[in-house]
Amino acid sequence: MAANSKGSDAGRMRKRAITRRSLLRGASATAGLAAFNGFPTVWAQNIKDVTLLHAGTPVSAIQPIADQATKDLGFTVKMQMTENADILNRYLSQSSSMDVGDISIMYLRYLVGRNVLQAIPVSKYKFWDQTIPLFTKGEYPDGRKASLQGTAPFSVLFATGPDGQKFADGPTEWLTGIPTITNADTLGIRPDLTGRPVSSWADLISPDFKGKAALQDNPTIGVIDVAMAIEARGDLKYHNKGNMTRDEIDKTIALMMDIKKSGQFRSFWASFDQSVNLMASGEVVIQSMWSPAVTAVRTRGIPCTFQPLTEGYRGWGYTLAPMKHLTGLKLDCFYEYMNWYTSGFPGAFIAREGYYAGVPENAKKFLTPAEWDYWYGGKPAATDIVDPYGKLMEKAGRSRDGGTFWERMGNIAVWNSVMDEDRYLTRRWNEFITS
Amino acid sequence: VTTSERAVEVTRERRQLKLPAFRLSPYAVSWLQVSPLALVLIVLFALPTVLFLVISFFDYDRTGIYPAFIFDNYRELLTTPTTIRVYLSSLRFAVIVWAITLVLGFFIAHFLIFHVRTGMMRAVLFLLCAIPFLTSGIIRTIAWIPFLGRNGAFNQILMKLGIVSHPLDFLLFSDFAVIVTYVHLFTLLMVGPIANAMAKIDPALLEAARDAGASRWRTMTEVIIPLSKTGIALGSLLVFTQVMGDYFVVKTMSGGQSASIVSTLSTEIQAMQYPPASANAMVLVAFVAIMVAAMMWIVDVRKELVS
Repeated sequence: MAANSKGSDAGRMRKRAITRRSLLRGASATAGLAAFNGFPTVWAQNIKDVTLLHAGTPVSAIQPIADQATKDLGFTVKMQMTENADILNRYLSQSSSMDVGDISIMYLRYLVGRNVLQAIPVSKYKFWDQTIPLFTKGEYPDGRKASLQGTAPFSVLFATGPDGQKFADGPTEWLTGIPTITNADTLGIRPDLTGRPVSSWADLISPDFKGKAALQDNPTIGVIDVAMAIEARGDLKYHNKGNMTRDEIDKTIALMMDIKKSGQFRSFWASFDQSVNLMASGEVVIQSMWSPAVTAVRTRGIPCTFQPLTEGYRGWGYTLAPMKHLTGLKLDCFYEYMNWYTSGFPGAFIAREGYYAGVPENAKKFLTPAEWDYWYGGKPAATDIVDPYGKLMEKAGRSRDGGTFWERMGNIAVWNSVMDEDRYLTRRWNEFITS
Repeated sequence: VTTSERAVEVTRERRQLKLPAFRLSPYAVSWLQVSPLALVLIVLFALPTVLFLVISFFDYDRTGIYPAFIFDNYRELLTTPTTIRVYLSSLRFAVIVWAITLVLGFFIAHFLIFHVRTGMMRAVLFLLCAIPFLTSGIIRTIAWIPFLGRNGAFNQILMKLGIVSHPLDFLLFSDFAVIVTYVHLFTLLMVGPIANAMAKIDPALLEAARDAGASRWRTMTEVIIPLSKTGIALGSLLVFTQVMGDYFVVKTMSGGQSASIVSTLSTEIQAMQYPPASANAMVLVAFVAIMVAAMMWIVDVRKELVS
């Protein structure tokens, strides 16, 4: 079946190659007009049989986004959701079984150079100039340079050439992907149970919360969270918390084993739901958390704060990239999809889950003023705030923890990362877990 | 008995119909008989295992795995303190859980077979044992969390009754929680085979023992236990291999603070480190195979099953 449809695609492409190209040229001229209302019907004939398979993690592979894209674009977008390691595995081993990679930025280091993805010419991406400068230039709007600790998006966004098989040191005409989603993570706390204000990452390992702290059960992110805490407490100073040397890993793991032995950690969590339940049940009062998990605790009527900390946030992001095998019409459809994806609807959708869009000003067009002010402006909610599915998230009057977009994203201390010494880190992490 | 008589009859009828006299040699018949299972085992077990074996000698880095023949993966596996710790910890869990489920399983089976009088009642009680197992193991595991938690049902009961003044923390995210869950999950695996073996014991034997003046204890140790040996061995095998191969229960109920052999393997897979994960899997397979062989050596399950 699949082979058949691929064959007929190719046939169609050959037959109509000339007309398609000329039409696309026309289409891009009217693209400004077309961006939000579907695309010129003249070439809808060519694309209506195209299906793009978008594969990503639960964070971003969201079915209603695919439905809206199918409605707006004239071709079909299918969404497939798989958990982290499994999706990475699929990208690496079966890259031709999907068309659109929706990739956690730290995983780009696994994927670039593996003949899985192809680069995107900057010229194909309509909203490059409006994309958050943190991604495009590695700096904040006020010109301050952003942290490059960990897998900073700026350091992996550019490829050396159209094949996209090598990272470039600085800006080039080729992108490994276009930035779609980002956020700043910090510790979640139960303000009613901590018994005192929490203001530093060091509180994660403070004896005050003995037996009431939790960590993410994931070598790369878990170790960065502890490194933030250890550095904040003053035990160690890291060269780069997101890319430690062996020596730094050894020292960190040794400290972590001591902390674990003292009974600091109640649990390690591996899934969103676990983190919510640990917090909601009061088993844990301080832990690394995701923004929607904090909200999920709060919607149960239980106080929970995504606590801003003096040392800054741990940042992360996702990019969208075409798989290697896309050519011709399908590749053109990918470019249309990517420009649609950053044109506002998906950005607004994920904004209501607490994440930021790669092009905030486009997301704004699809948010009510009250939503924009709450999620991006850090202002008290003018109306009740609902999640993308219409469920109440926050009562009017409350404001978002951490404040405005740039108060949060402007204070990234380290990015989620895959370290050069990840092989060694995995071994040592296993030792830590079993100790 | 009636079915086999019927089968004989059918065969006789066939012979009388003078079907073509094509007969496979008994040798070929045996091969044909084992071939479906053999095929499944070869495709789903033997081939993947060979693949793991091959990959376990490969080299790797972040961007790929490279055909090679190096012992680094095994050396790293066998020299880190992690390995011995997880094997000891898994063995400890296996032995504790085995002992508890054996005692529980034996007495539950004994009750069902020798004390319940009517077959109807026995069927109902068996069903009651089995019904919880219609839900998935994951759900039965997670269900313990709200019960054992710091503010969970059990702690609240204890505090209401005034037995403790502070909630007991060791109930959840601890070895205790892991063992409770294992026992809950695996006791039935012990009950089934033992009950099966006990059901085959001729009640006349027990009467004979009683007539010969044996005490209940002596009947138990000299008649029932020896005759239930197969069931005990089979149940032990099931429980033992389940615990050694577990990943989910240890991870969930210890709150990720204890590791099992499989969970270290899983961490490696999550980090895309397939060669060391393969080496880890090979060592686990070898280890469990040796343990199982040892048990089989103590009780020849095959011989007992045939008789």
